[in-house]
Amino acid sequence: MAKVHVTTTINGEPTEFLCEPQQSLLDALRNNLGLTGTKEGCGTGDCGACSITLDGRLTCSCLVLAVEADGHSIGTIEGMAQGDKLHPLQRKFLEMAALQCGICTPGVLIAARALLEKNPNPTETEVRFGLAGNLCRCTGYDKIVRAVMDTAAEMRETAS
Amino acid sequence: MTEIRYLAPRTLEDAVSAFAAAQGAASGTARILAGGTDLLVQMRAGVVQPGTIIDIKKIEEVTAITEQPDGSFVIGAAVSGATLHDHPRFGKVWPGVLEAVNLIGSKQVQGRASPGGNLCNASPAGDSVPAMIAAGAVVTVQGPNGRRTLPVEKVPAGPGRTTLTPGEILVSFTLPARPAGSGDAYLRMIPRTEMDIAVVGCGVNLTMAGGKVTAARVGLGAVAPVPLLVEDAAKALIGSTLDEAALEAAAAACRAACNPINDKRGTIAYRTKVAGVLLKRTAAIAAERAGRK
Repeated sequence: MAKVHVTTTINGEPTEFLCEPQQSLLDALRNNLGLTGTKEGCGTGDCGACSITLDGRLTCSCLVLAVEADGHSIGTIEGMAQGDKLHPLQRKFLEMAALQCGICTPGVLIAARALLEKNPNPTETEVRFGLAGNLCRCTGYDKIVRAVMDTAAEMRETAS
Repeated sequence: MTEIRYLAPRTLEDAVSAFAAAQGAASGTARILAGGTDLLVQMRAGVVQPGTIIDIKKIEEVTAITEQPDGSFVIGAAVSGATLHDHPRFGKVWPGVLEAVNLIGSKQVQGRASPGGNLCNASPAGDSVPAMIAAGAVVTVQGPNGRRTLPVEKVPAGPGRTTLTPGEILVSFTLPARPAGSGDAYLRMIPRTEMDIAVVGCGVNLTMAGGKVTAARVGLGAVAPVPLLVEDAAKALIGSTLDEAALEAAAAACRAACNPINDKRGTIAYRTKVAGVLLKRTAAIAAERAGRK
């Protein structure tokens, strides 16, 4: 089968890869590029474990063909920390133990960052709706929501 | 497994000729790719196995939102719900259409899913369709024989089927200019608070003057094989002050229009009753918005 050459930017780095035309972006990230931080849950856009940003827009990488990334900019969990410096959401999730098994965590973090970029001062309801596309199989939603609210408060303080 | 071809043409003409050629070929069906939130799921499930995928997102007209000088809006078929949400004007003019589009799936799905895909996927329960019907949206399609326009309610032909002819591609929705005193709204009933498929969806679009309804359109979803334009409900509202008698007559017209399925989300009796209830609630919101202008 003829492979397709894709030129893209991943976490700010110009990246090229070859993929099958029907391969999902999730599959290409994990298996062609070794970026296994993005997880596969349902594969049908329901669980949010594979959340990434595409040109800054939150989406499920299982619902994007890898070839569609050509010419676009991808953000994955691997780009969230700056070197050794964790993103405030990552640090707060650790401090507040807002994860159990961890498979939903990369997707939750990407979605939470997208939420806070648009709305730095969300209500609890807004956080819950904003993360409604991320399923936690351990059902640890309360700690996740509290960690996102706490991070938002901290980031507002830092910004002011 | 047969080889899949992926094409991303930059013009509609190229897309139409590639689509027509691929549909005529023996190498399986061709599918148009907009946001992909239905197509990729169907491919994964093996429901569709396209020989050719034609991605229309590199075509400018299909991804643009334009407010025309006359006040009408042209929404490209592949515009995502998130993009429509971020438009500075659209949600102010058509809050009901926007809330319907933004009810489709999660934030992640909103980042890709488009009203064009929602229409062409032709689910009887697609959320954006009743709101588009209520808005009086007209769609533009382009095919091997050129362009044509048709009312949005003429596109669905049945579950998973449209009236588009071979080679035709949905290009855009045109929503008419709004007279003063207009408002629209969309409500859906689902068994939970988020992330589910409509049991009933209801779109209402009103224009009011001096406390009376001067123009009305009502769209209903998930209560028949295709989303419905309920003209009798609109007739019951026009000329009224949205008094209880007029609302009950419109609700009765909605119930009479229902031809729903029985399934785990709702029985025939339940869907039919809820159609009337939602008409009243949606009309109240549309009226409030019409009054605020």
